[in-house]
Amino acid sequence: MINGMQNGVSALDLIIGGDPALYAIISLSLIVSVSATLLAAAIGLPLGALLALVKFPGRAVIVIVLNAFMGLPPVVVGLAMYLLLSRSGPLGFLGLLFTPQAMILAQAVRVMPIIAALTRQTVEDLWVEYRDEMTAMRVRPARRVAALLWDARFSLMTTLLAGFGRAAAEVGTVMIVGGNIDGFTRTMTTAIALETSKGDLPLATGLGIVLIALIIAVNAAAGAARRLGELHAG
Amino acid sequence: MPGEIVRAPRSGLPIAIEDVSLRSGRVTILESVSLVLAPGAPTVLIGPNGSGKSSLLRLATGLLSPTSGRVAWGGRATTGGDRSAIVFQRPVMLRRSVAANVAFALRREPKGRRHRADRIAALLDLVGLAALGARPARRLSGGEQQRLALARALARDPEILFLDEPTANLDPAANKAGEDIIAQVAAAGVKIVLATHDLGEARRLAGEVVFMLRGRVHESAPAKSFFAGPATQEAQAFLKGDLVI
Repeated sequence: MINGMQNGVSALDLIIGGDPALYAIISLSLIVSVSATLLAAAIGLPLGALLALVKFPGRAVIVIVLNAFMGLPPVVVGLAMYLLLSRSGPLGFLGLLFTPQAMILAQAVRVMPIIAALTRQTVEDLWVEYRDEMTAMRVRPARRVAALLWDARFSLMTTLLAGFGRAAAEVGTVMIVGGNIDGFTRTMTTAIALETSKGDLPLATGLGIVLIALIIAVNAAAGAARRLGELHAG
Repeated sequence: MPGEIVRAPRSGLPIAIEDVSLRSGRVTILESVSLVLAPGAPTVLIGPNGSGKSSLLRLATGLLSPTSGRVAWGGRATTGGDRSAIVFQRPVMLRRSVAANVAFALRREPKGRRHRADRIAALLDLVGLAALGARPARRLSGGEQQRLALARALARDPEILFLDEPTANLDPAANKAGEDIIAQVAAAGVKIVLATHDLGEARRLAGEVVFMLRGRVHESAPAKSFFAGPATQEAQAFLKGDLVI
């Protein structure tokens, strides 16, 4: 208990003291998580909406696979991405392994099924409501997708937050494709794992506090934006 | 312009419904319905709940396909689509402002932002919602939502406007406002096809009445002669206010 409190105090010292190593790790973590979420959203949002609106043979199988992939084991995604990006892999020529870009790609692969599956459900529910009106207005499919995504934007914000939360909390994937290189690919989660194993509990605790605070702050900001938006748009 | 061929928009009228039946599983919703919806005064479908009025409207708009029989729009087998619009009994408001709801329904024309803004303002003015353009559409009252749905339908510049119980569940003032707009639209040359079980509304708006019962058209006549003396016993009973099932 006393050790825990001492670690907490030391951690606060690091945070308040503006420790450059700590802030470099925080900023890389944010860049990787936000970029991965945005990349996953760019694919997952339209994919989820299309799956909600377009009926085609094999759709049910895709939906089942997508739902199952929400629970993809991070280390398996990491391993798959490692094999793809390693020098002898099909994307080895890009030279991305052990770079932040590889971490973003891997995180996006991990997060995309979550965003696509939750988007499909949200858009499908809204489509039940809108179907008659939009069919009567002869709205073209591409415009339907755009309109449904826009009108479901407040619900989809929660979907994006779920994706961001998953990306920010990720260890296995980024550890494998990023390599946890000090000052280059070390994120909060990989640093926490490393520092804990080394016994540097103040830094690990500090990073843990910052990580949780950041996730709470992002969720609070998104929640406030959602309430404001709903107030304005109904 | 010399040498330029200008095609008039293809008309979806008349709508010819020929021996149409509609079934859902073992339930017969419409049975051997034949009817012609021609340009002119409003056609009002009346009849008790469950008589098939809404289904007939949906067939006429092309939202439903008949189980048997044929519907032709302006002599063609494809809908008059772009030239028709419908207001549902419970219209769904898009999760946007009142003005954005109308904007969504507007056709995409290369006439610029100013033209669109003017058109939206004119439509909102027509339905008495000019002051509420920025308000979230879902926060409007039932009557206001019906009027917005009407503005949205008119934004499509229809030649045929289908209205499914447009003033059901509205208070008298909202009802009156709705009917006034419908009369105005009809006077402007838009063919109105309206389903209602409100006889007062039918008397006030109809040029032609189609009386429906149990999925069949029992009687179709000019409004004046229908209300003066309906030909069938069922229609007479319905006009007297008897329960007709």
